[in-house]
Amino acid sequence: MDFNDTPEEAEFRAEAQAFLSQNLNAKTPGALRSGGREDFLARAKAWQKIKAEGGFAQITWPKEMGGRGGTVMQQVIWGQEEAKFDAPTGPFAIGLGMCVPTVIAFGSDEHKKKYVRKALMGEDVWCQLFSEPAAGSDVAGLKTKAVKDGDEWVINGQKVWTSGAHYSDYGILLVRTDPNVPKHKGLTMFIVDMKQQGVEVRPIHQASGGSEFNEVYFTDVRIPDSDRLGEPGMGWKVALVTLMNERLAVGGSPGPDWKEIMDYARSAGTLSNQAFRDKLADWYVAAQGYKLTKFRTQTALSRGETPGPENAIGKIINANHLQDICNSAIEMQDHFGIIVDKDEAPSDAIFQESFMWAPGLRIAGGTDEILKNIIAERVLGLPQDVRVDKEKTFAEMN
Amino acid sequence: MNFDFSDDQKFLRDEARKFLEAQCTMAQVREVLDDDSKSHNDGVWKKIVEMGWLGAAIPEEYGGLGLGMLELCVIAEELGRTLAPVPFGSSAYFFAEALKLAGSEEQKLALLPKVADGSVIGCIAVSEGPGETAAGNIATRLKDGSITGKKIPVTDGDIATHAIVLVKDGSSASLVIVDLNHSGVTRKSIKTLEPTRSHAVISFDGATADLLGEAGNGMPLLDQINDRAAVLLAFEQLGGASRCLEMANAYAKERVAFGRAIGGNQAIKHKLADMYVKNEVARSNAYYGAWALSSDAAELPEAAAAARVAASEAFWYASKENIQTHGGMGFTWEVDCHLFYRRAKLLAVQAGSPAVWKEKLVSALEAKND
Repeated sequence: MDFNDTPEEAEFRAEAQAFLSQNLNAKTPGALRSGGREDFLARAKAWQKIKAEGGFAQITWPKEMGGRGGTVMQQVIWGQEEAKFDAPTGPFAIGLGMCVPTVIAFGSDEHKKKYVRKALMGEDVWCQLFSEPAAGSDVAGLKTKAVKDGDEWVINGQKVWTSGAHYSDYGILLVRTDPNVPKHKGLTMFIVDMKQQGVEVRPIHQASGGSEFNEVYFTDVRIPDSDRLGEPGMGWKVALVTLMNERLAVGGSPGPDWKEIMDYARSAGTLSNQAFRDKLADWYVAAQGYKLTKFRTQTALSRGETPGPENAIGKIINANHLQDICNSAIEMQDHFGIIVDKDEAPSDAIFQESFMWAPGLRIAGGTDEILKNIIAERVLGLPQDVRVDKEKTFAEMN
Repeated sequence: MNFDFSDDQKFLRDEARKFLEAQCTMAQVREVLDDDSKSHNDGVWKKIVEMGWLGAAIPEEYGGLGLGMLELCVIAEELGRTLAPVPFGSSAYFFAEALKLAGSEEQKLALLPKVADGSVIGCIAVSEGPGETAAGNIATRLKDGSITGKKIPVTDGDIATHAIVLVKDGSSASLVIVDLNHSGVTRKSIKTLEPTRSHAVISFDGATADLLGEAGNGMPLLDQINDRAAVLLAFEQLGGASRCLEMANAYAKERVAFGRAIGGNQAIKHKLADMYVKNEVARSNAYYGAWALSSDAAELPEAAAAARVAASEAFWYASKENIQTHGGMGFTWEVDCHLFYRRAKLLAVQAGSPAVWKEKLVSALEAKND
C-alpha cells in the first residue's frame, strides 16, 4: 500500500509536467477568466492546439485518430497535472470527452475525416443535445422530433441545459424518429451543424444568477441522412456510449472544502465552538472519503481494470458536502452571511457563491436520486423501478 | 498509486473469511448470547489461536508471525463480519500493540510470545464511570508498585489474564501491567448491551503492578495506543457494516409486499444506497488509517480518528437500517440483526465515543494547519 506512481507512470508524469510548465503558467486565482468570455474561448482553442501538437490531447484515443494511444491511468495523471496550471480546458471537455468519441464509434469514415482532427486541433467546439424541458432524468422520453423528407430529416423541438451551445460549431442531437414504438426504441442520433438556419440558442438565466447553459430551439432544421449516427431507432444505444464516456471524466473539487471553512472559522474566532468542531470532523471525513475513494479507483485503473457504476458515489458525496459547508459558513456569519458583495463578504464570498451553485450540482449529470437508483440497481442488484411506459408506445403515453 | 491491499494480503483475507464462515457461524455466536455463564466461545477461540492470528503483527523475535499491521487489519475486518465472540481485539489490538509501543525488552519477551500462543489474554482497563476518562477523573491509584481502585467496564476483563490499567500516579497518570490472577484482584462479570463480548468490573486492592512506559506518561501513551487500536477497530466495524448491507440487500430482494420485492421501492433502494456510500467512505478512510499505521506515518492521529469516525457512523447506520429493512422480523431475537446493532454500539464507544474521536480529529487538524 503506497501512493507512489509505478516507474512508467512516474516517467509519463515527468513528461507531462515538463510540457505543461513549458507552455502554461502556474495556477493564479482569477487569471484564467480575467479577459472575459471571448478571450477565454480563444485561449482554450489555442491551448487545445498546443496540446494536440505536443501529443497530449486525448491520451486514450488511438494514434490513427490523433490521440496518444495511452492508458486511462495516463489520462488521469495528465488531468492531475494539468489542473495545477492555468489551463483553459472547459470548452472542449464535452466535445472531446463525449461527442467526438461517439462520432468515432458510430460515424462513417467521411465523418471521421471531416470532424475528428478539427475538433482535436481546437478548431471546432462540440456540444451535446440530449436533455429537454420534459425529459431530464428520463431522457429517453424526449419529444424533439425528426421527420424524414427525401434524403433529409426535418427537426423540430427544444433542447435545454446545453453547455457551450452558444459557441459550438457542431452538436450530437438525440431526437424521436418513431413515436409508435416504446420510448427507447424510437430514438435516433444525428450530427447537427449549430451554425445553420433554424437553430436558435438562448442563454438560460440560472437560479445562481449566471448563464453558463442554454436552451436550443430547432425550427424546421434540415439534416442530411448521411449525418445520422447509427441506424434509425438505435439512438438510445448510441447515447449510452456517449454517457459512458462521461463517467471517465474525473471531476475536481467544485468549491470551498473543510480547509476553507476551518480557515474562516479561525479568522472569525469561532473555531473553538463545539458544534462547529463536530461538523468540521464530519466534513473532513467526507472529503477524505471522496479523495481516497478516487485513489482506490486510480489503483484499479493503474492495474488496467475498468471502474464501474460505483463511481456515482463521488458526486453524491461532493455536491451535498459542498451545500452543507456553504450553508454552515453563511450561518456562522449570522446576519452578515447574507452579503454576497465581494468587497464586504468574508473569503471573497466563495461560500455565498457556491451556496447558489450547489443546488445545480445536485441535479446536473444525474440527480442524487438517479445516482442512488444506479447504485441500488447496478451495484447492489436491486430490482428496477416499475416502468409503466415500458410496453407502451411513446405516442400512447403522450 | 497502489491504494489497496497486496495479493498476499487479499489471499489472507479470503482464507480468513473461509475459515470464519466455517468455524465461527452465527449459531456459535448465539451460544454465547444465550448462555449467561459463557464469556466467549472457547472452541472458536482455540481455533483462532491455532491459526496464529494473534501473532500476525507480533515480530518473530517475540514469538509472532511477523507479518505486519496490514495483515492484522485484514483479519480484523473478517472478525467484524462474523461477530467473532472472542477476546481477540483486547489481546491483539490493545494489549499486544501497547507492549510493542512502550514495553521494556523484558516485558515484551515475557508477554508477547504468550499473547501470540494464547496463553496470555490481555485487555485494557480505562473507564471508571460515565463520560470520557481524563487525567483528572481517575480514582484508581498507584502507590509503591501496587494499585487500588475499581475499573468498570473492562471489555473481556473476566477472561483476560493480564490488563493494562490506567492509574493516577501522583499528580499525573501512568499505565501499568497487572497480572489478573495475582492476589488483590477481584473480578465480576457485568451485563452489557453486547452479551457476545464479555465485560467485567475489576477491583484492585493492593494488586502488584508493573509500570508500562515512563511514569506520569499515561495519558499521552494511552492516546498512542488508542490511535493504533482505532484503525483495527475501524476494520472490525467496516466488516460488520458490510455484513449488515449484505443482509439488508438479500432480504430486500426476497421479501414481498404489495405484490413485489420491497427492494424495488425507492425508499428501500435509497436507504441501501446511503448505506453503501457510508460504507465506502468508511472503507477509504480505514485504508488510509491502515497505510498510516503500517508505515508509522506522522499522519496517524488524524488518519486513525477519521477511520474511526467514519466506521462508527457506517456501522451505526447500517446496523439500525438493517433492522428497519427487515421490518418486524428484524425486531425478533431469532433474526441476527440485533446482534450487529449490539456489536456496533460496543465498538463505537470502546476506546472513546465518536464525539471523543471527532474532537481528537479536529485538534490534530488544528495543530497541523496553524
